[in-house]
Amino acid sequence: MGHAVALKVNGESWSLEVEPAELLLEVLRSRVGIKSPKPGCERGDCGSCTVLLDGRSVRSCLVLAVEVDGHELTTVEGLGIDGLTELQQRMVELSSFQCGYCAPGIVLTATELLAVNPRPERHEVQAAMSGNLCRCTGYAPIIDAVLTAAATAAATTAPEV
Amino acid sequence: MTISLDLAYHAPASLDETLEILSEQAGRTVLLAGGTDVVPSLRDDLISPNRIVDLKRVEGLGDLAVIDGALHVGCLVTFSDLIGSPAVHARLPVLAEMAGMVASVGIRNRATLVGNICSAVPSCDAGPLLLALGARVHLVSREGVRTVDVDDWFEGPRRTAIRSGEVVTHVTIPLPASGHGAAYARLSRTRGEDLAQACVAVVLEPGDRPRIAFGAVAPTPVRARRIEALLHAQGLDAGAIDAAVGLVAEEVAPITDVRATRRYRLAMCEVMLRRAVTAAAGRAAGDGPVHGTPLM
Repeated sequence: MGHAVALKVNGESWSLEVEPAELLLEVLRSRVGIKSPKPGCERGDCGSCTVLLDGRSVRSCLVLAVEVDGHELTTVEGLGIDGLTELQQRMVELSSFQCGYCAPGIVLTATELLAVNPRPERHEVQAAMSGNLCRCTGYAPIIDAVLTAAATAAATTAPEV
Repeated sequence: MTISLDLAYHAPASLDETLEILSEQAGRTVLLAGGTDVVPSLRDDLISPNRIVDLKRVEGLGDLAVIDGALHVGCLVTFSDLIGSPAVHARLPVLAEMAGMVASVGIRNRATLVGNICSAVPSCDAGPLLLALGARVHLVSREGVRTVDVDDWFEGPRRTAIRSGEVVTHVTIPLPASGHGAAYARLSRTRGEDLAQACVAVVLEPGDRPRIAFGAVAPTPVRARRIEALLHAQGLDAGAIDAAVGLVAEEVAPITDVRATRRYRLAMCEVMLRRAVTAAAGRAAGDGPVHGTPLM
């Protein structure tokens, strides 16, 4: 039996009818047309399907679409509405990605980290990113971009002395 | 990637409504909190319910508070909630230490402490620590409320003392006396995605019998009662800890699986016990490692 679900995706309101067994990942990709969350391991291990649910990163392969009724989702399509974020710019400059399959999940996980902890230590970035697998880069340019973005944001928002 | 099940979905707003639904047709219902175990189990056909009862809209089940000397953890409280709670950091920092080792941020934002002991996989992280802390599991059904000591909770892999028609509303964790020391050590191949190969929780309270439990090395999380008795009798000096380490093989029964061999698990349990007891004793004395410092 279908269930009516009302949600916001990147600020836009959507009303959908979903079956209880439909995964959020499938519904986002096939019905909403949001393609940045990627199917990877499909069991919560790899992080490539990460989306922000009310600002917190979740695995969209482990969430039923029917569960998000009344909630708000953000994907990289929504982050970039007003141009690349500071973090995304640093990732471009430092060539943080090669194939890019993990990139949407990593951008969102790092965005959440910087929102919670604006000046993370390197080990804190490593811990926060440890659930997002990248098979190309060895992680160094990703972690450097997160740290550089944090330092840039701190410099531009520092109070005048 | 699709789940091929014909499912009904209910999202009741109150506990009364929840119990009403459960009483209608118990048995093939799956209760849903964070879903991080339920959804993969559905996909892998480990469970085949005909309906899901989502608890996330039930009022009061997300409570996290200190009440009458115990931490009350509602069944919707996530591992991230525990990590972010000032009360947990102040009164029971070992709980945040354990929560911080569970999977990844994206899982911890969704996965709940109660869900972890309800899915009851042998490697669950919450099990050994709740055993060592002497937690109690609170259930409700149409027949009334019931409390189960976590010592009696785990009955086998993925099997618990929950009965048809029941909901675990919360667990209570008695707060250890000030001056206590506790530690949780976890061994895994990688951070961020691996289940524990072995884990151990140690709680030392001044004047009281130590409480120690292992995970991922038996069909359920297990108390190490012989080790507890030995340390209680002999104290925590180097000789006593050596003797305790010598008892590990009698307390745990690990298997060989894809994550580790039996022999490796046994050897590492000895190392982990030594480090966790030493860390807990140090913390009790005020000079142990900061909570969250990986012991492995």
